[in-house]
Amino acid sequence: MADNTTSNNGAQKGTETLKRGLAQMLKGGVIMDVVTPEHAKIAEEAGAVAVMALERVPADIRVQGGVARMSDPGLIESIMNAVSIPVMAKVRIGHFVEAQVLEALGIDYIDESEVLTPADEQFHINKHDFNVPFVCGCRNLGEALRRIGEGAAMIRTKGEAGTGDVVEAVRHARSVLGEIRRLQAMREDEMMTFAKETGAPYHLVKETAELGRLPVVNFAAGGIATPADAALMMQLGVDGVFVGSGIFKSGDPARRAKAIVEATTHYTDPKIIAEVSRGLGEAMVGINVTAMPADERIAGRGW
Amino acid sequence: MNVGVLALQGAFIEHEKTLRALGAHAVEVRLPEHLDGLDALIIPGGESTTIGKLAVTFRLLEPLRAFAATKPVWGTCAGMIMLAKDIGRDQPLIGVMDITVNRNAFGRQLDSFETDLDVPQLGPDPFHAVFIRAPVVTAVQNGAEVLARLEDGAIVAVRQGRWLATAFHPELTPDDRFHRYFLRDVAGLAD
Repeated sequence: MADNTTSNNGAQKGTETLKRGLAQMLKGGVIMDVVTPEHAKIAEEAGAVAVMALERVPADIRVQGGVARMSDPGLIESIMNAVSIPVMAKVRIGHFVEAQVLEALGIDYIDESEVLTPADEQFHINKHDFNVPFVCGCRNLGEALRRIGEGAAMIRTKGEAGTGDVVEAVRHARSVLGEIRRLQAMREDEMMTFAKETGAPYHLVKETAELGRLPVVNFAAGGIATPADAALMMQLGVDGVFVGSGIFKSGDPARRAKAIVEATTHYTDPKIIAEVSRGLGEAMVGINVTAMPADERIAGRGW
Repeated sequence: MNVGVLALQGAFIEHEKTLRALGAHAVEVRLPEHLDGLDALIIPGGESTTIGKLAVTFRLLEPLRAFAATKPVWGTCAGMIMLAKDIGRDQPLIGVMDITVNRNAFGRQLDSFETDLDVPQLGPDPFHAVFIRAPVVTAVQNGAEVLARLEDGAIVAVRQGRWLATAFHPELTPDDRFHRYFLRDVAGLAD
């Protein structure tokens, strides 16, 4: 906490408005995975709206295997001290004590993430128990609304992390956004059956139909590697993008990061996307998801 | 009336909704030419470092300064930072208001808060204000007028002529009195 902290007695903290509100301030922006304070500074300099502090980017978690856990608190704190933008960090699905640890560190947002090895194969964290906001992954609308029901204040479509292949990010964003459009055409009795079949809380199904969008901010993630990938996700209708391995596994991370930020802002302007895409050097090598064995995919984690 | 909302990044859609509900024509501003024909401009909440860098890259800073020299501008949170002349650190600013602003003055997200403010210009009812990793005004000069303070005296809303700055987010709450105050009293546009 800064030395110049102003106190204000009688104020409410940790409310739903504040949790969802921070995500609203990140809209139209790019959140970047970083593994060192130096990476975090490069990301901030490139115009990232927030950074995700972790020990290994998803591409390395894939290669190295083993159990992937919450990162070292010392590393997370060193990244929090390196930048002025919000810092997020990941916990394993269901591992509420890792979440307590991150809240104690004063992290700005917690990602209950399928990219780490799940700690519970039946239950997600009860996120209402925390004052710090959570972001959770989803592949479809039912999964998104179940996570919001548990208290998630922000959603990201999962994609397939650490591949550099955008195909799953597109699949999941189209699934969520298409289901919302179908929901808007449903009668109330049909909505109830949709809620039953997907396990989504009925009041959130109704609210989503009325709003014509998720009740919380929705970013895309998992496989975004180029400025055009980011603009593609924005044109499909998400509120912003996470870029994980795509930046620091590429030839020129600083330039690529800046270009992805610019393409996310000007996502409807192909001339600008063309301009910022010139001479970025090598993109991350990538793994073709379609050719990947089913048991190597991580998007299926989460219940 | 045509009211621009700087749409480089952040909560610009929320401002547009409130503006449209008040009968204004809301225009998203991402490039200098989008400022043409606007009667006023709002700079939304978001990340001020991101907004500043994008404003530099797409050559918006000078056009924004020129716009502010003759037209009404309101900045909320990151927008307040962009309007300040002094924020005590090196980052791109529009820098027209004679205020000193401290970024992230309350701490991190866990220190974000909601509270009721007394704002005499809006009438007797308190204004419910949402502060998210908010800045605070530490000094005002040259006739900048303080509109609202927290209980401890910290300055969170300032007007200087045709410029308005709030450390909180009126775009996140249903109360539209700050938007109406900006359009009618600050900008002099019909309600």
